[in-house]
Amino acid sequence: MTTRVVVDPVTRIEGHLRIEAMLNEGGHVGDAISSGTMWRGLEIILQGRDPRDAWAFCERICGVCTTVHALASVRCVENALGVQVPKNADIIRNMLFLTQMVQDHVIHFYHLHALDWVDIVSALKADPDHTAALAQKVSPNAEKATAGYYREIATTLKKYVDSGQLGLFDNAYWGHPAYKLPPEANLMAVAHYLEALKWQKEIIKIHTIFGGKNPHPNYLVGGMASAIALQGDSAINIERLIIVKDLIAQAKQVVETMYIPDLLAVASFYPEWTQIGGGLGNYMSYGDLPQNSISDVAQFRIPRGVILNKNLAEVLPLDPADGAQIREEVTHSWYEYSAGKDALHPWEGETKPNYTGPKPPYSQLDENAKYSWLKSPRWKGNAMEVGPLSRMLIGFASGRTDYKEVVTEALGALKVPATALFSTLGRTAARGLETRLCVHWLQQEYDRLLANLKAGDTTTANTAKWEPATWPGEAKGYGFTEAPRGALCHWIHIKDTKISNYQIVVPSTWNASPKDAKGQHGAYESALVGTPMADPKRPLEILRTIHSFDPCLACASHVIGQDGRKLSEVLIRV
Amino acid sequence: MVPKVVKALETKPRIPVVWLHGLECTCCSESFIRSSHPIAQDVVLNMISLDYDDTLQAAAGFQVEEIRKKLIKDHPGGYLLAVEGNAPTADGGVYCTVGGDTFLNVLKETAEHAKAIVAWGSCASNGCVQAAHPNPTGAKPIHQIITDKPIINVPGCPPIAEVMTGVLTYMLTFDALPELDRFGRPKMFYGQRIHDKCYRRAFFDAGQFVESWDDEGAKKGWCLYKMGCRGPTTYNSCSTFKWNNGVSFPIGSGHGCIGCSESGFWDNGPFYQRLSTVVVPGIDATPDKIGAVLGTAAVIGVGAHLASTIINRNARIIHEDAAPAEMKGD
Repeated sequence: MTTRVVVDPVTRIEGHLRIEAMLNEGGHVGDAISSGTMWRGLEIILQGRDPRDAWAFCERICGVCTTVHALASVRCVENALGVQVPKNADIIRNMLFLTQMVQDHVIHFYHLHALDWVDIVSALKADPDHTAALAQKVSPNAEKATAGYYREIATTLKKYVDSGQLGLFDNAYWGHPAYKLPPEANLMAVAHYLEALKWQKEIIKIHTIFGGKNPHPNYLVGGMASAIALQGDSAINIERLIIVKDLIAQAKQVVETMYIPDLLAVASFYPEWTQIGGGLGNYMSYGDLPQNSISDVAQFRIPRGVILNKNLAEVLPLDPADGAQIREEVTHSWYEYSAGKDALHPWEGETKPNYTGPKPPYSQLDENAKYSWLKSPRWKGNAMEVGPLSRMLIGFASGRTDYKEVVTEALGALKVPATALFSTLGRTAARGLETRLCVHWLQQEYDRLLANLKAGDTTTANTAKWEPATWPGEAKGYGFTEAPRGALCHWIHIKDTKISNYQIVVPSTWNASPKDAKGQHGAYESALVGTPMADPKRPLEILRTIHSFDPCLACASHVIGQDGRKLSEVLIRV
Repeated sequence: MVPKVVKALETKPRIPVVWLHGLECTCCSESFIRSSHPIAQDVVLNMISLDYDDTLQAAAGFQVEEIRKKLIKDHPGGYLLAVEGNAPTADGGVYCTVGGDTFLNVLKETAEHAKAIVAWGSCASNGCVQAAHPNPTGAKPIHQIITDKPIINVPGCPPIAEVMTGVLTYMLTFDALPELDRFGRPKMFYGQRIHDKCYRRAFFDAGQFVESWDDEGAKKGWCLYKMGCRGPTTYNSCSTFKWNNGVSFPIGSGHGCIGCSESGFWDNGPFYQRLSTVVVPGIDATPDKIGAVLGTAAVIGVGAHLASTIINRNARIIHEDAAPAEMKGD
């Protein structure tokens, strides 16, 4: 008899996700389905609104990866209207992007993912002296690696556990046989869980300086609203810039002396996880971080491309505007398409939500029927994985020096071959390595901003197309970015100065998508197949692989607008 | 005596908190962990017992739902319910399910025995983005679903971090609910408009406005009213506390306020269209004229008061639903 393991809610993610895994006789996952259990209808809400407002609506798709939808949205409208943003705006946007990437990846590692590898209860047995010695060995430049520090952490932890109120840590999988870290490593991780929690609120101030607040900083079609005036105290000036500079220095310290050493230390105890959770083997990235302009893809720091079947010898070209490349299906999604339609490019997309699942409360979904609020986006018919691993592999396979350096160094430290990257642990490691690159690039973008200011350019907004009277009767465009969780793209139709259709395909829709018409699994589902399960009642292994993707379901569950209407004289800018 | 009191405080059980997530984007949780005083660690380890929060919880699946059900059974009337997001009510609630049941049911079940409810953010307080026209999922704020419990609305998209932790620490420190206004918002944080204490207010009064993005006015930090700023109709602490430990706030970084703590703000746009004509007592004037009028008025020392009165009359605040009555104590 097949055992069916249901994990709902999947916790330590953004949004609402349900996993059902069918175990085979050997106790491994034989098949799995991933179901997004929430839908908000943002794209319907966007219809008829001012395109310049869209970024604010879209930004509220997700407050964890805040900013990324705002960035994709302003780029989308700018693409449709043919607006070139000033150099400073591009650089500032890159800095906000990188700040988000660094902060989000660190939070993911410590607060969303670490407890899959770290046993808090075991940390109670740790010797503070030995923990300090371990911390110094793992990271010789660590700021806090004294026995006194770890004694204090151990006391805090003991007091908390002794209170009998375990709060967030209650009823978890402590003592599970799949936990492998020694008590000292667990205590070190607990300490850094708390350090990272304190630090994440600091680095994000870069958003506050340029965008006024975080979460949900402000963006602007045409540039950025934060003017620069070096000879005044009322806009971006030297006082603001120095705060940014210091925050970047602090971030480098955290990433290089805490996150990366912790990541490598934890990884070294779980070598078997380089053989588990690989999944599809198809990787995709739109690329980002323009150095010249958003239309000059060749100059992006994060390269664009597609890798199929783990073939690192070839990076295939990708075009979000090509109707034959990205298409969404609804075979197993709670939507219906018009008769005769099976896969639609977002510009031609249509959606009619139609829940046909079991009446709640339910205990099981039917994997042969529709089972998710997520659609199934496919690239040339292939299911794709997006995210840090995809970006690192595409950067590596594209021969980018910076990518090759960090990947080679990490593989050497862990003494594993490049194929180890195609795994759950590879995904988790790739996120860390990307953070190293990002914190380094953040400094470089800051330096670029200063160089541009020194050259006398303080412009932050292009207002030539601000007034709707300057717009064509109809326009369509797309705007992409690489969100922390992967490839994100928005597509827009503007008609008579209003949004006539707005469509979004987000990273977690790619990764968490249900099966398609051909029965091809989405990335989560595929990655779970073959996972060993020590105790089906405590599915720690499922959480490891799912968390390695860093799910974001508020992003993933959305709906496409009205049926694709025929457009005449549409302005397309690529 | 003193050591005894200290001992009592130390050993007093922390109040259990269930933090539910409905239709939302998790920006409230993210804001919460940005708090600088107190820091989130302090709240979670020393002040409350965050027994259920699917965003941060170590356990998953049925073990999590077990915790929630056990808490309801073991501590009826003894736990706080914090709600982030709201409930879709259309089509039987199928647009958000948790553990196989609708969020609507989970919310009702958990609210029934809660001591009080904290409605985090604009989703829970007012409906926010998913409730914007045409509200495809029938999303409703908490107070329209739960009508028999004290509810503290903490609007904002998200609320300011220190407002969130402030609401909790006030309750724990003074063992009482904060004083609420007629919309269920703590008066201490939502008592005044952003415009009332905006550092750019003097430019409004003087008739000096940003006319176009990145113009001279923008570089000089002039008033953003003409760029659509909703500061004059938005009740929040942004211009006093600011964001992320006082670093800046939207207006401080050159973009107008979009009014994210006001009910229905998504449908009160477009955001870059200046607030509609306001009426000066005795004179019909547009906002352009008001700046000039007030510029003159400021000279004779009544500018600020007058402007506040004028704008208040035109503040478009939509609260047609019955807001919870003012609540005090527990």
